[in-house]
Amino acid sequence: MTAAEWQIVWFTAWVSALSTLVILPPGLAVAWLLARHEWPGKSLVETVVTLPLVMPPVATGLILLKVFGRHGMGGFLHNRLHLDVVFTWRAVLVALGVMSFPLLVRSARVALEQVNPRFEQIARTLGAGDLRVFFSITIPLALRGIIGGVILAFARALGEFGATIMVAGNIQGRTSTLSLSIYQSWFNGEDTVAYRLLGASVVLAFAAVWTSEWFMRRSRK
Amino acid sequence: MNFLLQNISLPLADFTLEIDARLQCQVTGLFGPSGAGKTSLLDLIAGLRQPASARIVLNDRVLTDIGAGVVMAPRLREIGYVPQDLALFPHLSVRKNLLYGHKKSRETEPLFGLEHVTEVLQIQPLLGRGVRDLSGGEQQRVALARALLTSPRLLLLDEPLASLDASLKAKIIPYLCRVRDEFHLPILYVTHDEQEVVALCDEVLQMERGRITERRRINDRQT
Repeated sequence: MTAAEWQIVWFTAWVSALSTLVILPPGLAVAWLLARHEWPGKSLVETVVTLPLVMPPVATGLILLKVFGRHGMGGFLHNRLHLDVVFTWRAVLVALGVMSFPLLVRSARVALEQVNPRFEQIARTLGAGDLRVFFSITIPLALRGIIGGVILAFARALGEFGATIMVAGNIQGRTSTLSLSIYQSWFNGEDTVAYRLLGASVVLAFAAVWTSEWFMRRSRK
Repeated sequence: MNFLLQNISLPLADFTLEIDARLQCQVTGLFGPSGAGKTSLLDLIAGLRQPASARIVLNDRVLTDIGAGVVMAPRLREIGYVPQDLALFPHLSVRKNLLYGHKKSRETEPLFGLEHVTEVLQIQPLLGRGVRDLSGGEQQRVALARALLTSPRLLLLDEPLASLDASLKAKIIPYLCRVRDEFHLPILYVTHDEQEVVALCDEVLQMERGRITERRRINDRQT
């Protein structure tokens, strides 16, 4: 593989990992609210969270383009913080995060729902406050399922295409991910480059899914 | 002990739990068929359920007074609760389970110290093990020890021997008697078993469909 190809693999891996890390706290919070509480508007939030799973990724990308464009939030970020999102690595981060968020929330929610609330109640009678209960009982008991969700979200981010190309484009050395580069190489007739990148993405995806399955199996035991 | 359960009202699926009682014996048994509301009453005392109305006072300390807007959080009630399923934390070792709620700075030390409690219940050899590796009787004693180590002012035991066979029950009852006599704690003890009532309780409240239908004295030990 050439240095440019390694750069694409490295960029895809770290931006996928970072996007997964960024969505983890809000993903856990939303999963916990959905798993443990009844509140007005819950079904609406459930639907909105699931939307990126079922909508065409290109449509989600168009929404992101409008939101983060100069006439949306992007204008505010540019004027106030001198921060550009669209067609930068930040746009890749946003697209990957939005597209993998539902997978993380769904997996974490199932894992949290499987924690017997009796453990949390008894922890409270033992003197623990809500935060201590959450971090010492709820999260450890749901940890394997949550890790499975994290790995699934990471794997989804690795393969993201439609939303990313809409909001970040495919700029060599700046926003090119494995999926975008495979498409571009194939389109340009650079079959060997496409096959090499394909091999790299198969290895990354296989490792992520296999690790996820391994955690899921352990959580069922 | 002076434990007041006044004007308790908690709607359940088939009936409303309605209790008015003042308890003054050390060990009070709650006796009655399944679904009579015994566990719901313990949950309510522990602060795990919100009643429609209730005034619960333990030795002049108001735990719940719905009329006055007082509902003390479960973590502040200083009530040791051993539920029927024990709820030992499966991801923690026996030692970590025991220390989860252990209060070291209370004046009650060393009565409720780790060494004393584990010695009374003879569970020192189990400290390094995982709770999944314990037998039913061992789990029972660990759950009891965990509740005691919070230096509680009241102990709630929900059918602690229900899942054990007769021979194991016979082995555990002396431990419960030791806990009763060693720690001088007021205990509310839910059971179906007359033998346990006779062995442990001073007084028994018979419950049916959320109400106390009979109250009888077994022993005369008062706190």
